[in-house]
Amino acid sequence: MSKILMKGNEAIGEGAIRAGCRHFFGYPITPQSELPHYLAKRMPEIGGVFLQAESEVSAINMVYGAAGAGMRVMTSSSSPGLSLMQEGISYLVGAELPCVIVNIMRGGPGLGNIAPAQSDYFQSTKGGGHGDYKLITLAPESVQEIIDLMAKAFDLGDQYRTPVMLLGDGILGQMMEPVELGEIQEVKQAAKPWAATGMRGRGKPNIINSLYIDPEDCENINKKLFAKYAQIAAKEQMWEEYQLEGAEIVLTAYGTAARICKSAVDKARAKGIKAGLIRPITLWPFPGSVIARAAETAKCFLTVEMSMGQMVEDVRLAVNGTCPVYFYGRTGGVVPLVSDVLAEIEKLVDGGDRE
Amino acid sequence: MARVTFREERCKGCELCIAVCPEKIIVLAEHINAMGFHPATVVEQEKCKGCAMCARMCPDVVIEVEREVAEA
Amino acid sequence: MMKKVFTRPKALTDKPFHYCPGCTHGIIHRLVAEVIDELGVADNTVGVCPVGCSVFAYNYFNVDMFQASHGRAPAVATGIKRSLPDRVVFTYQGDGDLASIGTAEIIHAAARSEKFTTIFVNNAVYGMTGGQMAPTTLLGQKTTTTPKGRDKEQAGFPVKVAEMLSTLDGAAYVARVSVHNPTHVNKAKKAIKKAFEVQISGQGFALVEVLSTCPTNWGMPPNEALKWLEENMIPYYPLGIYKEPAEVK
Ligand SMILES: Cc1ncc(C[n+]2csc(CCOP(=O)(O)OP(=O)(O)O)c2C)c(N)n1
Ligand code: SF4
Ligand code: SF4
Ligand code: SF4
Repeated sequence: MSKILMKGNEAIGEGAIRAGCRHFFGYPITPQSELPHYLAKRMPEIGGVFLQAESEVSAINMVYGAAGAGMRVMTSSSSPGLSLMQEGISYLVGAELPCVIVNIMRGGPGLGNIAPAQSDYFQSTKGGGHGDYKLITLAPESVQEIIDLMAKAFDLGDQYRTPVMLLGDGILGQMMEPVELGEIQEVKQAAKPWAATGMRGRGKPNIINSLYIDPEDCENINKKLFAKYAQIAAKEQMWEEYQLEGAEIVLTAYGTAARICKSAVDKARAKGIKAGLIRPITLWPFPGSVIARAAETAKCFLTVEMSMGQMVEDVRLAVNGTCPVYFYGRTGGVVPLVSDVLAEIEKLVDGGDRE
Repeated sequence: MARVTFREERCKGCELCIAVCPEKIIVLAEHINAMGFHPATVVEQEKCKGCAMCARMCPDVVIEVEREVAEA
Repeated sequence: MMKKVFTRPKALTDKPFHYCPGCTHGIIHRLVAEVIDELGVADNTVGVCPVGCSVFAYNYFNVDMFQASHGRAPAVATGIKRSLPDRVVFTYQGDGDLASIGTAEIIHAAARSEKFTTIFVNNAVYGMTGGQMAPTTLLGQKTTTTPKGRDKEQAGFPVKVAEMLSTLDGAAYVARVSVHNPTHVNKAKKAIKKAFEVQISGQGFALVEVLSTCPTNWGMPPNEALKWLEENMIPYYPLGIYKEPAEVK
C-alpha cells in the first residue's frame, strides 16, 4: 500500500469512517474546521450523516440521540466548544453511551486564541462535567497515529459503553504527513441490545436514561462506572518509551509537546546527556505504572506541556516522591522550542536538581 | 345500557370527572384510598349514558367505559 | 352487546402517573398514547422526554424512550431520527424546557424541518422546580419569582411559541390546542394525530402546543385551574392550526 499525504484534521475524519462511524454532528470552530469540511464531503459519499448543529450544546445532544440509537457517532470541536459540551458529556457517561469526542485544543482561558495549546488536560481527564466520572482520553502525536487511534477509540467506546476523547492541538490538526490508510474494510461492531431503536418485537422498551432518583440507585451506578474504570485502568494504558534505556533525566510529554521533546532528547543524547522520554498515549487511564518504574532508576523527571502544568500533577502522583519532577511549559498558544527544552535538560544536569 | 368502572386505587380525587358528567352521577366516596385520596365513584350506574366525558377528562386514566352497541 | 368504548391505551404502561391531582399532563400523555395506538406504531416509535415534571415520561410510554438534558430534546430527537429515519420519533417538553433553555434547539429543529413530532406542554409556569416564572407566564401572573405578578418592565413578555415557529419555512405543521374540557380534549387529540401523520408521511417538522394546567403552582383546585386556563391563557394564546401542509388540509 502506498502512502498518501493528509492533514491531521482530515485523518481524524477518514480514521472515523474507516472505524465504521457514519454519523457526525458538529459546530464550526478553529482550529479543527478541516475535519467537518472533510466529513461534509465524505459522509454523503458513503451514505453517512453529516449535520452542522446550531451549537456545541446541540451537537453533543445529537450525539446522545445517535449513540442511544446504536450508531458509531462522533463530534469535534476546540476548547470553548468543549466547555459548552460538558453537561452533554456527563449525560452520555450517566447513560453509558459510547461515542468519540474530538478536542483540537487552542489557547485559553476565555476566547483565548486559535493557536495550539494543551490546557484542557484537566477538563478532559478529570471529568470536565458534573458528577464522578472519567473519560478515556487518547493523545496522538502524528497523523498516522491518529488513523490508528480512531479505530481504537470507537472500539474502546463500544466495549466499555463510554464516551472517548481524542485530544490534539492545532499543530497536530494542521500538520500534513504521509499516512498508510489500508483498504476500507467492513468493521465488525458489537451488537447493542440496549439501544433505543423502537421495540420492533422486543416486547420490552429500552430506555436511555441517566436519572437515578433514589440516592442508593445513583450510588450504585457510580460504583458500576468505577468498577468499569478500574478495568480500563488495568487493561488499557498506552504509552511510548523513547530512549528510555538508562535515562537519568526522564521527560514526560504528550502530543505535539512529545514531538518537541523527542528532538530535545536526541540533541541531549548527542551531547552525552542520558535523557529519555515517556509519552503517554492514553492520558486517562494515565500510564502511571511505567512512570513509577522509571522513577526507580531516574535522577529526575521533566514534564513538558503547552500549559501552565496539568499532566505534571499526574506524573508527580506516579513518581510519588521517588525523585524530583520538574516542569517546563509555554501556554496561551505559545509552543516551546526544542532549544528551550534542551536548555531545561542541561540545567538539570548542571545543577543536579534545581531550585 | 352503559357502565363506568373506576380503578379506585389510582384515583387522586381531583374531581375533573365529576364536573363534566352530564348526568351528575359521580361523587367522591367517604372513604380514602391507599394514596390518601377520596376516590371518585358512580352513584346511580343505571343513569350512565356511556358518553365517556369523565374518562376523557381523567388525568390518571382511572375510568373505563362500556356501552351497549349494536351487534356488528 | 356491551363493548369497551373507553379504556387505557396500550401505548401506556400500567405505571400510575406521579403527577399532582388534576394535572393535565396526564390527559396529554394519554392522548399521545391513544394516537400511537391508533396509528399502530408503538413498535416503531422512539420518544424523548424532557427535564421538567414529565421527566419520568419514560416510565409511562410503552415505547423505547430517551431522557434528554434540559431543553435539548429536539437535538436528541434529531440524532435519533437522522440515525433511524424510518422510526417515528417524538419529543414531549414543557415550556421552561422548550421555550426558555431549549429555544435554540426547537427553532433549529423546526428550521431544518426535522421529521419528528413535538408535544409542547404550556402550563405558564415551571412546575417541577417550584412554580417559578416560565417564558410563557402571563403578564400579571403571580409565580414564586414574580411574587407581585409578571411585570413587563422587569421580566418582559410571554413567548408565543406556535406563532413564532409557524414563521419558519421548515415547520410543516404547527397547532395550538387546549385540554380544559372534553370537546377540546378531542380536538387536541386530532391535532396530535395530525402531527404524527405529518411526520410519518415525511412532510417535516410538526409541533402541537397544548395549553395545560398546573393546579399546584397556580394555587387552585383542578377544576378552577381549567377555568383559569380558559379565561386567561386562551385569550393570550389563541387556539388553532397555525400551519398545515397542503396535503393534509
Ligand atoms: C441545566 C439545568 N438547569 C436547570 C434545571 C432545573 N430544572 C428542572 S425542571 C425545570 C423547569 C421545568 O419547567 P417546564 O419545562 O415548564 O416543565 P413543567 O415542570 O412545568 O412540566 C428546571 C429549571 C435542570 N434540571 N438542568
Ligand atoms: S360515561 Fe358519561 S354519563 Fe357515564 S359517568 Fe361518565 S360522564 Fe357520566
Ligand atoms: S378525574 Fe380521575 S383522578 Fe380525578 S377524581 Fe375523577 S377518577 Fe379520580
Ligand atoms: S407541579 Fe404542576 S405541572 Fe407538575 S405535576 Fe404538579 S400540577 Fe402538574
